[in-house]
Amino acid sequence: MKRIISTFLLGFIFVASNAQTVAPTSLDIMKSNGKIYVVVAVVLTILIGLFAYVWNLDRKITKLENKS
Amino acid sequence: MFRKPWWKILSFVLLVYTCIAGFLITVPEPAGVPLQQTIRNLFFHVPMWFGMMVLFSVSAIYSIKYLSNPSLINDTNSFEFARTGTVLGLLGFTTGMIWANYQWGKPISGDPKQIGAAIAVLIYMAYFVLRGNIVDEKKARISAVYNIFAFCMLFPTIWIMPRLVESLHPGGLGSEGNPALKPADSNAAMKLVFWPAVIGWSLLATWITTLRIRLKLIEEREALPR
Repeated sequence: MKRIISTFLLGFIFVASNAQTVAPTSLDIMKSNGKIYVVVAVVLTILIGLFAYVWNLDRKITKLENKS
Repeated sequence: MFRKPWWKILSFVLLVYTCIAGFLITVPEPAGVPLQQTIRNLFFHVPMWFGMMVLFSVSAIYSIKYLSNPSLINDTNSFEFARTGTVLGLLGFTTGMIWANYQWGKPISGDPKQIGAAIAVLIYMAYFVLRGNIVDEKKARISAVYNIFAFCMLFPTIWIMPRLVESLHPGGLGSEGNPALKPADSNAAMKLVFWPAVIGWSLLATWITTLRIRLKLIEEREALPR
């Protein structure tokens, strides 16, 4: 079992060493200057905001249903 | 089921994952293919249409149920699922126009799938006009029948016709793939994000629909004489 796991892990090293043999894409550029994470943060903020709103609506409606 | 929280939390988790992984995974950028990074729209534009199909299917099922068991719940469910489904369809169409503007040069370009989708959504809009204009007790029954017809019309307009003619979408006559995805444009990492995205967006749309249904049932309950 240990042999299988260590062979598997060695395989990862082989893959990782091939990380950058092609020209950098626009995603690599955005990752290297950190700006892509700004995009992710903006989208997540919108998403969490919307979900919080819908969750609140859900709770209000549950209260209305239980009022009877 | 409408009040259980697990599938709502699941929707949140899946969509957070979609919005993070969707921007951070590496996508294939084959030489000569102008899509480049915009293929990431696959996680946002395409699930709008998948979600619309799911919701319209549920709506049609409740319409069929209404015809054999005319109850307020069946009618309300079929109407509200059709309503949110139409919202998703409009969002899918608008996001498609935005993507097309930069990808194909014009927001509306006579692409068969675009035209087919527009027709399909217009048919559903006629469903709402129909519902708004009948006031007597036949409203729910006639709406249910029209809903089933509108659902059936989704298939020739969106699924069949775009494959039969040349199309800017993938999967048209003479090109590979299907009108939603082309194998050469995606990789395994994208599939790992795409299907959770479809499920996440569909669950969110379902959640919003169930809120409307519950609110409508509360209103009906309040309107009853005590």
